[in-house]
Amino acid sequence: MIGPAVLYVVLVVGFPFVLALYYSLSDITVGSRSLSFVGLKNFTAVVGTSKFQTALKNTFVFAFVSQALVIVLANVLALALLKDFRGKWLVRLLILLPWVAPISLGTIGWLWMLDSIYSVINWTLEALGLITADNWPMWLGIPHLAMGSVIGVHVWRLLPLATVILLAGLSSIPKEIHDAAAVDGAGFWRHHFQITIPLIRPIILVALLFGVVFAFTDMIVIFVLTRGGPYDTTQVLASLAFFTGIQGGDLAEGAAIALFLFPLLLAAAIVFLRIARRSEVT
Amino acid sequence: MARPGTLRRVSVRGAHVGVVAAFTLFSAFPFYWMLVTTFKRTGDLLKRGNNPYLYNDPPTLEHLRVLFVDTLYGRWLLNSAFVGTAVVGITLLLAIPAGYALARLAGRWGEQLGIGIFLTYLVPPTLLFIPLSRVIAHLGLQDSLWALVLVYPSFTIPFCTWLLMGFFKAIPPDLEEAAMIDGCSRLGAFVKVVIPISIAGVLTVVIFSFTLVMQEFVYAMTFISTVSQYTVSVGVPTFLVHGDVYFWGSLMAGCFIASVPIAILYNFFVDRFIAGFTVGAIK
Repeated sequence: MIGPAVLYVVLVVGFPFVLALYYSLSDITVGSRSLSFVGLKNFTAVVGTSKFQTALKNTFVFAFVSQALVIVLANVLALALLKDFRGKWLVRLLILLPWVAPISLGTIGWLWMLDSIYSVINWTLEALGLITADNWPMWLGIPHLAMGSVIGVHVWRLLPLATVILLAGLSSIPKEIHDAAAVDGAGFWRHHFQITIPLIRPIILVALLFGVVFAFTDMIVIFVLTRGGPYDTTQVLASLAFFTGIQGGDLAEGAAIALFLFPLLLAAAIVFLRIARRSEVT
Repeated sequence: MARPGTLRRVSVRGAHVGVVAAFTLFSAFPFYWMLVTTFKRTGDLLKRGNNPYLYNDPPTLEHLRVLFVDTLYGRWLLNSAFVGTAVVGITLLLAIPAGYALARLAGRWGEQLGIGIFLTYLVPPTLLFIPLSRVIAHLGLQDSLWALVLVYPSFTIPFCTWLLMGFFKAIPPDLEEAAMIDGCSRLGAFVKVVIPISIAGVLTVVIFSFTLVMQEFVYAMTFISTVSQYTVSVGVPTFLVHGDVYFWGSLMAGCFIASVPIAILYNFFVDRFIAGFTVGAIK
């Protein structure tokens, strides 16, 4: 009974993956009918370019900086949502929106809010007296601001997922443990860092794992917000593979670039298996 | 004068409200802003001196008219709905038996296979879209929604099989055995006993697959280049943003309409998805 599902996945995931490996070792382009084997030429050619090196660096910066922020913020938010209060269902719905809405559309919302001339964020900052009318920040036009904006949108999108995962972890801690800690006189910080966090460590790891994988392999935020600009300073591996392979027509080089994502996914899979195994034993 | 205890409680409460409010604002503001922009006249939107929070000119429905009459937005919504429905069908057809088999497979082997299938969910479109574009071209499915119907189950099946496995595991095998003693075949027992109990799980899978289809962007953009065949998540960002001309009103209307209703639906099922995401990490 499991056969059809496995077959489908093997055909649509496994086969293209092998094909990606094969393409990356060939000289295929969009128009070509034949292809010949060129060994590791694509990889060596790609690795040397500064475009690739920037993209590689950016991929790590975006994934890890945004996830560091997400984990810290999700901890705070999950703690706040653990308490019952009126209107909690509405708050939860609103907080989940960025994760559930199609990310390409949510990011357009940010594109408009970060617009160089009509940015509501800049207008608000000016109204609060934090900036002046003649030096509105060009959020998407200056390299380091563009990177900040991309990271911000990643945080915005992945925070809900991490928060609900952590919330599930927090609510699974038996009340007696909290009571015992209170009786023993643990203060808020001590309680949080020495009892709660160690207990939900596996859950934090799960949230981190999904977050890193999603941020690492994403190209939608970049595509909509900056198209890799200004001057390729926000390009990531996934978007570079798209621009090279699909828009540029160099399938072989695009496939080679995309394959650099694979080692990270492998590492993520191993971490995941370890968590799954540990929970099986206990 | 308030006692120190009360003061402390009031300030903790204030901090709590503040934190919740700040995060809610951060998460929901872009959607609020889409809604505000949708009904604003273009002249009002593109005048720098205007307070963007207010309707300086009277609200208008013009952007919605442009969106539905002058663009293919309605068509894109239908395309997304069509692909979504087809993908949900395929997913149910394949993931229900697979999830059931995994749930009933004895021992470690079933568990390992389940995890193996789940892990393919982590393989991102950005790794596979280049070879797949070639496969699609070979099959003659370029520019066809069927290309998406073919490829999307590759990420819905793994996660849904995993979710359903969890549901089926919670059903005691005794129930089916009782039905089988009463003369049902194994299939009959499955259809008449197991499916009705796990209807919540099936519904979760329907919503989840549909949402994933609505969100998908990379494959749709790679395989499809005819405007009338776009899905909503690709049509809006690529077609309504053309060159340097941004139709902000229609753009924001298009984003809001395609994201918020499905988000509200999804919200009812969130806890189940999270149970799937967290695997066995919560006991």
